[in-house]
Amino acid sequence: MNDTDKTRADEPAPAVSLLRFRLNGADVSVAVEDHRTLLEVLRYGLDLTGTKQGCDEGECGACTVLLDDKPVLSCCTLAAQVEGRDVRTVEALAEREAAALLDAFDRHDAAQCGFCTPGVLMSAEALLMDTRRAVTMPEAAQALSGNLCRCTGYTKILHAVVDASERLAEEDAEHGAAS
Amino acid sequence: MTEPEKWQIGGHHRKLGAMERMRGIARYTDDLSLPRMLHAKILRSPHAHARILAIDPTKAMQMPGVIAVITGSDMPTPYGVIPWTPDENVLAIEKALYVGDGVACVAAETEDQAVAALAGIEVEYEVLQAYFDPEEALAAEETINPYARKGNLSKEVELAFGDVDKGLEDAALVIEGDYEFHGTTHGAIEPHCALAKVDPDGLLTVWSATQVPHYLHRELAKVLEIPARQIRVIQPPVGGAFGGKSEPFDLEFCVAKLSQITGRPVKLLYTREEVFYAHRGRHPMKMHYRHGFDAKGKLVAVDAKTLLDGGAYSSFGLVTTYYSGQLLCAPYELGSYRFHSRRAYTNKPACGPKRGHGSVQPRFAMEVQLDKAAIALDLDPIELRRQNAMGSDSLTVNELRVGSNGFLDCLAAVELASGWKERRAKLGFGHGLGVAGSTYISGTNYAIYPNEMPQAAVQITLDRSGRARIFSGASDIGQGSDTMLAVIAGEELGLPTEDIRVLSADTDLCPVDLGAYSSRITLMVGNACLDAARKLRKKVTASVAKRWECSAKQVSLVARQAIDMNDPARRVDLVEAFHWAEADHGLLGEVGSYDTPKDRHGSYRGGAIGASPAYSFTAHVAEVKVDDETGEVEVVKIWCAHDCGKAISRGLVEGQIEGSCYMGAAEVVLESHGVNAEMGGLHHGPSFLDYRMPTTLDTAEIEALIVEAPDARGPHGAKEAGEGPLHSTIPAIVNAIYDAVGVRVDDLPVTPAKLVRAIEAQRALMGDA
Repeated sequence: MNDTDKTRADEPAPAVSLLRFRLNGADVSVAVEDHRTLLEVLRYGLDLTGTKQGCDEGECGACTVLLDDKPVLSCCTLAAQVEGRDVRTVEALAEREAAALLDAFDRHDAAQCGFCTPGVLMSAEALLMDTRRAVTMPEAAQALSGNLCRCTGYTKILHAVVDASERLAEEDAEHGAAS
Repeated sequence: MTEPEKWQIGGHHRKLGAMERMRGIARYTDDLSLPRMLHAKILRSPHAHARILAIDPTKAMQMPGVIAVITGSDMPTPYGVIPWTPDENVLAIEKALYVGDGVACVAAETEDQAVAALAGIEVEYEVLQAYFDPEEALAAEETINPYARKGNLSKEVELAFGDVDKGLEDAALVIEGDYEFHGTTHGAIEPHCALAKVDPDGLLTVWSATQVPHYLHRELAKVLEIPARQIRVIQPPVGGAFGGKSEPFDLEFCVAKLSQITGRPVKLLYTREEVFYAHRGRHPMKMHYRHGFDAKGKLVAVDAKTLLDGGAYSSFGLVTTYYSGQLLCAPYELGSYRFHSRRAYTNKPACGPKRGHGSVQPRFAMEVQLDKAAIALDLDPIELRRQNAMGSDSLTVNELRVGSNGFLDCLAAVELASGWKERRAKLGFGHGLGVAGSTYISGTNYAIYPNEMPQAAVQITLDRSGRARIFSGASDIGQGSDTMLAVIAGEELGLPTEDIRVLSADTDLCPVDLGAYSSRITLMVGNACLDAARKLRKKVTASVAKRWECSAKQVSLVARQAIDMNDPARRVDLVEAFHWAEADHGLLGEVGSYDTPKDRHGSYRGGAIGASPAYSFTAHVAEVKVDDETGEVEVVKIWCAHDCGKAISRGLVEGQIEGSCYMGAAEVVLESHGVNAEMGGLHHGPSFLDYRMPTTLDTAEIEALIVEAPDARGPHGAKEAGEGPLHSTIPAIVNAIYDAVGVRVDDLPVTPAKLVRAIEAQRALMGDA
């Protein structure tokens, strides 16, 4: 073959490493080619298809997951980067925040096609766990500014996030008063 | 005895399937995976216009994991969503017509191997002159699309109603203007994806992120040359569409063909870049308008000339060309009207329908024209619109019959909510309010392919657990059509929506529906559902009445109970009532159908295009702030009042209004879809970074106001809500910019550079004066 035949047939097989991390509360170890993204490993390696691929280039936010409780774009995170760390996906939303958020999203009709929603929920959950109080509309807008939604115009999403945060804050206040 | 209030219609409902979608449980097309599944990728032309001299896949076939390669000659039958314009091949045969046109498709064991193998397909091109400007294309001697019948003129429509020349001659005021609408695209977050498998007996199943499973079914049969009965199309949950998935695409045929060839399941997922090139989005239009008014501001004549830039293929373009004129004849009485629309082929991604198909662009021009007239006549722009509004049960100048019409209520609602009267005069320089109005169809009276069968059909069965199952061909693309059907059926059958399962958009299980386009589903499928549900209700109430020895008319089905309205203490659980009915009638199932009226348009050629059973109406007020030094526009708030006839489920209607306002606002100030002529037809920026869709931080506050003028032809009076509320968003914002800074930008998008130039030009003029 001449020099112009730069096909991957000539390239060595990609290196594979054993990746160990905590995923949705359980320890996992999985053989991963070194060039794989976290999104690829989740969706196509572990069949966790709740995390969506909308652009695969870090622009839409549909692939947002929590890495050590911080929202990250799994399409721009190399799988190797999560070695030994804690990853949470929409399949394992935090019990308390998720219950409030899902109920609020459902009541407010905050999901239309639902494709961006898993990513939106991860960003919202990170906000609520971080603030642990009633948030304002601008705070919610800031926290979700990395998640594109094409259906809703965001209005109902932001109302739902604020509503969920208010309910959790009320619960906290009642709990605090009782204890 | 009093009929109980509607217990479901008009309420708020939790959306069917929302929890599964939100929690990541619902499987969208790319979430599906089958044993031994192959992955496919399409090789795309790097040239905007090139003759294909030879394709050699030999090297690709020898590459790791590669199982099959197909080219255009494997599927030579041309197709097109509109039966009169079949001008596409799955993969280019003679010529590639735009950068991104599919040339070959490879199936391999992994997606990486398929991508790698594209480099091994050798294509010899003869590069041809490419045409990116529609006027240059029309002037060219060379024909872009080999199937085109009239050179590069894709479609031409010229229609006149009344004496427009005399109207303009006699007019006290003529407003004349040139307008330009750029291209925009749908931007659904889910990329197109399709999966196919062939059973040993030859049954082909195709799963696709489509909004038209029935048309896909038909076109697959045509192009693959196998009987439709041998094909099953399933539409999994769809992650947004907005018109961008409303016709067959290359990937669906490719996975089907490759699955036939290999005997293995094949999946193909577009990259985001491919979605931008696949496009079928809003046509760029150049529009010239003349509006004639009498001295009091009453419209006497409208003359429109429109040039549509169609891109490489027809898509829905025949309809778009008609719509660009036909859908403008309400909500105002035009006096007399003439339009001349031409659509040109160009070497660009094909344009098609995007939310508000064909009428969003001319609506922008029309409503800015009205604004200019109001200022020239020193009239309040809302008053000018009121004066020209047509009433209910009226006939448009192009002979479309309008039923209910809540336009005046829409105007009043946005006038009040925005504080128009008190606030408008007080806003300082750089801060403005603008108004606009519009109308849209609730589906079209004629199907895309001529036939005398119903436009919509639904089957409902009841079972012994007290549940209903609705089988419907309708495509829930996120707009909530499954929920709408459950609410309509639940209202009749006494069932809350959680007791109703909707199985939709599977051509093996469900009756045919034409698809989620033209805002047809609520009115058409809703009517079919109502028909089936009422037949079932009759059976159930008859069986209850028989046992209670009373009239069936006094039996009401509400909240899982059958109730005697003359003696409300007498009631029975619906499960038991269903058992009684099944004992009396056998298995409880009914079908319902709906067909459109065919007597609501003129008899002239083309008069049926734009005819709808019912028309929605919309009014917008937008509030903007403009920085006159940077030209930056901030859309502060949008009030939108939309007459949807009757809101079957209020939250869903609000969601459609809000999403429409968001999408329209983005088309004014942010988004632009196009190719770069200097770069040989490469897309401006086929990514979400360059195609600037608004984030939470870019989106205005939106207030959705539901107006209800029930239409006799809609189920419970319902009309559309999915597309109408986009239209007047755009001119309302453009008119608000004028109100803020006193200059107009009539070619969209309103970029900071254009606006600053306009402001500076205005200042120079005033300085000179």
